Amino acid sequence: MRKTFPVITVLLVITAIWYLGSWRMNTPWALQQAARAEQTLTTGELFKATMQQDRPRLPAPHQVVSELWKSTGAMVQRGKAFSKRSLIYHGAITLGSTLTGFALGVFIGILGAVAITYSRVMEMSLMPWAIVSQTIPIVALAPMIIVLSNAVGIESRAVPKAIISAYLCYFPVLVGMVKGLNSPGTEQLDLLKTYNAGVAASFFKLRLPASMPYLFTSLKIAIAAALVGTIVGELPTGAISGLGARILIGDQFGTPLAIWAALFAAAILAGVLVTLLGLAQGLVLKRMGMAR
Amino acid sequence: MTVLYGALAFWLAAWGVNTILARSRWSDLRAVRIFVPVLFGFTLLVLWQGLVRGLDVSPVILPAPTDIAATFANETDTLWVDFVQTVLKGALTGYLLGCSVGFLTALLIDRSAFLTAGLLPVGNFVAALPIIGIAPILVSWFGFDWHSKAAVVVVMVFFPVLVNVVQGLKETDPMQRDLMRTYGATYGQTLMKLRLPAAMPFVFNGLKIATTLALIGAIVAEYFGSPIRGMGFRISTGVGSLNIPLVWAEITVAAAVGTTLYGLVALIEKIVTFWHPSQRV
Repeated sequence: MRKTFPVITVLLVITAIWYLGSWRMNTPWALQQAARAEQTLTTGELFKATMQQDRPRLPAPHQVVSELWKSTGAMVQRGKAFSKRSLIYHGAITLGSTLTGFALGVFIGILGAVAITYSRVMEMSLMPWAIVSQTIPIVALAPMIIVLSNAVGIESRAVPKAIISAYLCYFPVLVGMVKGLNSPGTEQLDLLKTYNAGVAASFFKLRLPASMPYLFTSLKIAIAAALVGTIVGELPTGAISGLGARILIGDQFGTPLAIWAALFAAAILAGVLVTLLGLAQGLVLKRMGMAR
Repeated sequence: MTVLYGALAFWLAAWGVNTILARSRWSDLRAVRIFVPVLFGFTLLVLWQGLVRGLDVSPVILPAPTDIAATFANETDTLWVDFVQTVLKGALTGYLLGCSVGFLTALLIDRSAFLTAGLLPVGNFVAALPIIGIAPILVSWFGFDWHSKAAVVVVMVFFPVLVNVVQGLKETDPMQRDLMRTYGATYGQTLMKLRLPAAMPFVFNGLKIATTLALIGAIVAEYFGSPIRGMGFRISTGVGSLNIPLVWAEITVAAAVGTTLYGLVALIEKIVTFWHPSQRV
């Protein structure tokens, strides 16, 4: 309770500021409408008019929530959970690409970390480029990745999106795992040597278990990055399904409510994914006797 | 096909050289530490060239590095105009504005333990969100020119900087702060002489994350509408009109700018936080 109280207060203040903002930003249009209808609005009427526009400059929070409900919960109640107008459908598409990209990125990251841990050449040649790769704005490459995968004969949008996700999320895993695999001290490594343990045994019995806390910390960063990657992959490339595509379509058709609802759906998805990984982290580390 | 075999042979030779260098007793020399990754990168370029030339890949799909270099040399005017529009006007303005606002907000928040406890989890959560999706909204608010791009960048860099600075300001331990109190130091003096210097590694971590985000924000925002210049605009129209070498030239600029900005911040970090263990060799 002592921890959540400040957070809730801050969230309430943010909501209040948001209401204030949508009142201020939607006022000109409301006044214009009233002038056209030759009415004068009292302050109360004006405030009400700014809260329920169809195409507000800044929708009020309750409008976003109701739009979110309309495109998720209400669709489920009518039994159309996976209709193309529901955010559950688009969320599932985004989630699919995110998880594919995440799996690919984690695989590459761990593989790279193992190579870097065991080979000096790999460390010297790969590590600087891994850092450089993260300073390159991937979005500049996103359209090219789609052109390239089309040229290779991959029609589906999921593959290029997954590649972009993997590109964004392999780095935290690589860095975290290099740290984790090197976390056993010299004493521990020496002990294994006195046991006459081979490379494989020392990897699976010492280095890998020791790296688990690092792995989970990086995984939480990586899954958030993978989601960002998928949405970036959906934004500029004319995709038609997925949360990023909803944002794009909402922009083209001038429906701000749809954009905001998709943004919130993405935020909720990110929150759920990170929380799930946090739970997995707690479970695994507890089983391994590493929980603090 | 000889080109392809030549490239493959070059790759093997370069790999051999790197292996020998890495195992030799000079492997800790600065020159070797730079030469090995550079040779590795150059080998990738040679392989790319060999694959494209050897297998006769159409330039519409993947141009060879030499084609890209030629386009780069021919189109410097266009590239410069785009650079000014996207990097100098959009990304850098937004970066400077967003980082300073984030920094100042962090200083304000830090004065209240309640606000820190409330805002830090929220900030951490928001920093992990795909904020980039807000780009179309900001473009519709601030118009097509660079102002909207700068606005997107401000929103994107604000939270990572905020979170890192707040975390950095917590870095001093009570002992050190008590010492400052026994010296009779004011809040300002404690901040300037103890807490800010101690926070610098975190501040620079935030600033480094923000450099990459700034470029991403400025480029993506241009996909949602821009005047007829800018790197994002050129990339999206270039893909549409199959002017792929120009797109790759823009990507080269973007990559170079991203790396340079990051390198600059890292260099300043090295100068400012010379005392930190991670900076000592």
